[in-house]
Parts: sequence; C-alpha cells; structure tokens
Amino acid sequence: MTSMVTPLANLDANSQSPGAASSSSWAWRASAWRWASLSPLILFYLLLTALPVLNLLVMSVNDVTWSGGNSTWQFVGPQHLAAVFRDPIYRVGVLNTAWFSLVSVTVQMVLGFMLALLVSRTTRNRQFWRMLFLLPILIPGIVIGAIWKLMYDPDFGVINQVLHLFGAIGRDWTGTKELAMASIMAVDVWHWTPFVFLLMLAGLESLPQDVFEAARIDATPWWRELTQITLPLMLPTIVVTLVFRIVLAFKVFDEIYLLTSGGPGTATEVISFSIYRTFFVQGRVGYGSALSLVTISIMAMVIIIALNLQSRLTRTPS
Amino acid sequence: MKPSSCLGSAGRHLTLIVFGLAVLLPFLWIVVASFKTEIDITMGKVIFDPTLTHFQELLFSRGSNFARYYANSFGVALVSTLLCLVIGTLGAYSMHRLSVSNTLRAILLGWSMVYYMTPQMTLVGSWYVLYRQLGLAETYTALALTHTVMNLPMAVWLMGAFLRDVPPELEEAARIDACGPVKIFTHVVLPLLRPGLLATGALLFIFSWNEFAVSIALTGRDTATVPVALARFAQDFDMKYGAMAAASAVSTIPALLLLFFATRYIVRGLTSGALKYLFR
Repeated sequence: MTSMVTPLANLDANSQSPGAASSSSWAWRASAWRWASLSPLILFYLLLTALPVLNLLVMSVNDVTWSGGNSTWQFVGPQHLAAVFRDPIYRVGVLNTAWFSLVSVTVQMVLGFMLALLVSRTTRNRQFWRMLFLLPILIPGIVIGAIWKLMYDPDFGVINQVLHLFGAIGRDWTGTKELAMASIMAVDVWHWTPFVFLLMLAGLESLPQDVFEAARIDATPWWRELTQITLPLMLPTIVVTLVFRIVLAFKVFDEIYLLTSGGPGTATEVISFSIYRTFFVQGRVGYGSALSLVTISIMAMVIIIALNLQSRLTRTPS
Repeated sequence: MKPSSCLGSAGRHLTLIVFGLAVLLPFLWIVVASFKTEIDITMGKVIFDPTLTHFQELLFSRGSNFARYYANSFGVALVSTLLCLVIGTLGAYSMHRLSVSNTLRAILLGWSMVYYMTPQMTLVGSWYVLYRQLGLAETYTALALTHTVMNLPMAVWLMGAFLRDVPPELEEAARIDACGPVKIFTHVVLPLLRPGLLATGALLFIFSWNEFAVSIALTGRDTATVPVALARFAQDFDMKYGAMAAASAVSTIPALLLLFFATRYIVRGLTSGALKYLFR
C-alpha cells in the first residue's frame, strides 16, 4: 500500500508513466482536482455539522431570547448543563429510549431471523415479496404513525373491533400508561421486521453451501445445525444489522409525535421528543442546547461501545 | 443446498403469505379508510359506499394547501438529492481514488459515521438559530441544505461502495492516453457509475421525501412538506381522519412508483453489502 507515502510524492511517482503530459503540470492539476472535488464535502460538514455543534456549546451557556429576527444572548454559565443532570423528565426519556431500542430491536432481530430461516428456500415470486417487504421502510414514518393511529383508536380502531368480535374488551392502546410504550414498540416491530428479514435472508443465502451439505450427509439434527453452523456463520450479518437498528431506534420520533406525544404522563417520553419540546414548544434555546450536547455525548459512548462490540464479535478467528 | 428448514414447501409459502399479509393489511386499511366518509370511519363501518370526497378536498379545494406542500416536498427532495449526489460522488471519488491523505480520509469517514448515528434532533435547534440569524428561517433553501447534509454520509458510503466496482486500471489507461484528471472522472468513471447514481439517487429522494423531525422544526406555514402537513391533520383539535388517510395514501405515491420502477436499484442500494460496507 501507499499508505505511508505523502499524496504529492505518490502522484509524482504515478505521473512518470510514458505518454503523460509534462509530469509537473499533471501533478499540479491532479492536486488541484483532488482538493476541488473534496472541498464541497468538507465545506458542508464544517458549516452544517461542525459549526452547529460549536454553536450548541455557546448556546448552552447562554439564555437566548428573540425579538423579531434579532436575538439577545445573556451569558449564564454552565447552569443549563448542570440542570440537565437533575431533570427527571430527561432521565425518564433516556431510560425510555434505551428500553424502547432494546426491546423492539431484540424482537425484530429474533422475528426477522426466524422468518428468514423458515422461508430461506422459497424461490417463487422473489421480486414481488421483496417489493412488499421493502414497503414499510420506504413510506414516510409519519404515515406509519397515521396508519396505527387509525388502527389503535379506542372507539372505532380495527384492533378493538376485532377484539369485540371475539367478546374481549377493547383497550385504549396509546392512552393508557401501561400499554402506551408497548404499543409504540409494536409499531416499530411492524415497521422494521421486514427489513431485518430481508437482510437476514440475503445473509443466509450467501453462506457457503458445502457445510450444510456435509451436515445433511451426517444427518445432523436441525437444532445443532442452527446453533453450531448457521448462527456462527451468520454472526457478522447479525451484528451489522443489530448495530444499524439500535442506532436508528435511538432516533425514534415520528411515530411518538403522532401517536402519543410522549404521554400519557412520561410513559413514552424519548430523548428526541424532549429536545424538540424544549426548543420548539417551550422556546428554551439554552436548555435545549444543553440537552442536545448531553445527548450527543451519550450517543458517542453508545456508538463507541457498539462499534467495539461489533469488531470484537465479527473478528475472524485466525 | 441452503440451510435446512424444518418446514415443507407448503409450510414455507404459508409462513411467507401470513407475514406478507401482516405487512400489507395495515397499509391497505388506511387506503380503504381514505375512501370512507368521516362518519363511516368513526362508526367503524366495514361495508361502505366509496367516496372520493377526501381526495377532492385535499387536492382541489380552495382551503387546502396540500398541492403546494406536495410541490414543496418534491422540490426540496429533488434539489437536496442532486446536491447530495454531486457532493457525495465527488467526495467519495476524491477519498477513494485521488490519494487523499489517510488521516483526512479517516477523519471524514469517521465524522460521517458519528454524525449519521447521532439523532438529528440534537442539531435541529442549532440549525434553526443559525438559519434565523442568516435570515433563512423557514425557507426552502434552509430545508434543502439541511436535508443535503443529513443524507451526505449515506451518499458518500453508497457511492464509495459503487466506486469499488470501477476498475482502477481504466483510469490508469486513460492517464497513459494523456487524459487530464478531470476528464478521467467525467469521461471514464462517471459513465460507469450511472447505475450507482440511480440507486443512490432513488434512496436519497425517498429519505428526503419521508423526513419529518427536521422538516417540522425548520418549515413554516407556506414551506411545509407533506409529512408536516399530514401531522397537522392528525394533531388538529377536531381530528380529520378522512383527510389524514387520504393524505397518507397520496404521500406514499413516490415510494410506490420507485418500488415499481426501481426495486432493483433500491435493493442494490440497501442490501448489496453497502450496509456492511457502512460498518466496516
């Protein structure tokens, strides 16, 4: 690899190929083109991700008030940041978000993997099934919320109607403290299981086939084949999907916004919703920034742990 | 043979059909509801006279701004997708093929990863304040720029994955033929990337079209996108279920069109190992 060679030296070496135009002019043009092609990306990241994070830092030690288009900044020190750690609602939000991610992602992974195992040899109408199972992740999240709002309705929702049909009593699925979080989790499971299933299926179908043939010749029982061949071989796919899903589950917002708005009480309060409410309903810019900063730090830790776990689990034994 | 399944062929197909129905039925339910009158919905009628009232009111009545929101969504999604493709493709090409220093590449890819994984909601307040100070509050520009930067990591990863399929020997050959560095990109690499650009573009468009959390915070009365308008139907004091159902059905059309005409590309974008590449 050329990893230790500086870019310019590397290019000089390359541009000595016969027939190339004057070597120094080529190197100059290549260098200019390299920076020209990379700079829009750098510029966007600097202006719209790095600058906003710095801005959060500044806002979190200020009280910001608006009059028209002008803002007044009043320095207040780190009191907002300190307040975050005493905020009972934020604590509940963090716990709820973690609980939501853990439960719904686990259910999706188990269901998706089982279904993929069950149908892994089906070959008819593949295109049709693929389209169907991609549908939930391609329609707007807010539409998913609307679909379930209609179905969960305590008075005329189809779920309660079916229950009545069997003589059971309908429930207020999103309006009861004990049920609200489970109802949101159910929506997420419906939303994402098909995609997990597709990824698992793709993983299963790319496994080397000779191992399974050997197992069949040895008449290995199915559960041993599952735990000792399929699962270990599938581990990289499983871990990648798991990390991807957990990270996305931490962002949950759309369905909560539409179905429960964090309620009843704090039953479905999640991090994103707390931040949204603080900034855009209560207009508390300073405190909202402090919430955002703490959340970014928590997420950075989760990401580091998740990526460590992933590299540890998927490292090929050598 | 594939890993063995304890079910027979009939059992496998039955499982698939039950699973498929579980995915499809809730979606069909809201489409059916959009043809019911408000009274039929709230009475929970299963047998009803289909009506187009909700669609007519939504799309053609004077009081409804929905057509405008639809155009807003389309414009923002189109502009941000194009910007994202240009910036993402150039960036990915530069990082993977133009011997950018390893440190810089690691910083950019690492930052993409951390930024993509962090909830967008943490930056929305900051974006809002910055745009407001620049006089860009509640404008299309602000939303399109934000959607662009939100989708940039995905664009860089996906285009990076597609770039790996372009053999470096071609670029080498072009260089020997005294082809300039820019011309190598536009005349040799870019034509080979066309399927990748289509796959990535289709996905980015859908992501921008569906995006809600940032759109609701950064748009105003006139610049709202479809998901924001939809949420308003559901949040109104007197809840309009019919309008919400009709708006849901209509707002799914782009996703359905792409599914029908570009499933191959979308599947390639989502499952071709790009996801694995993403977390490598």
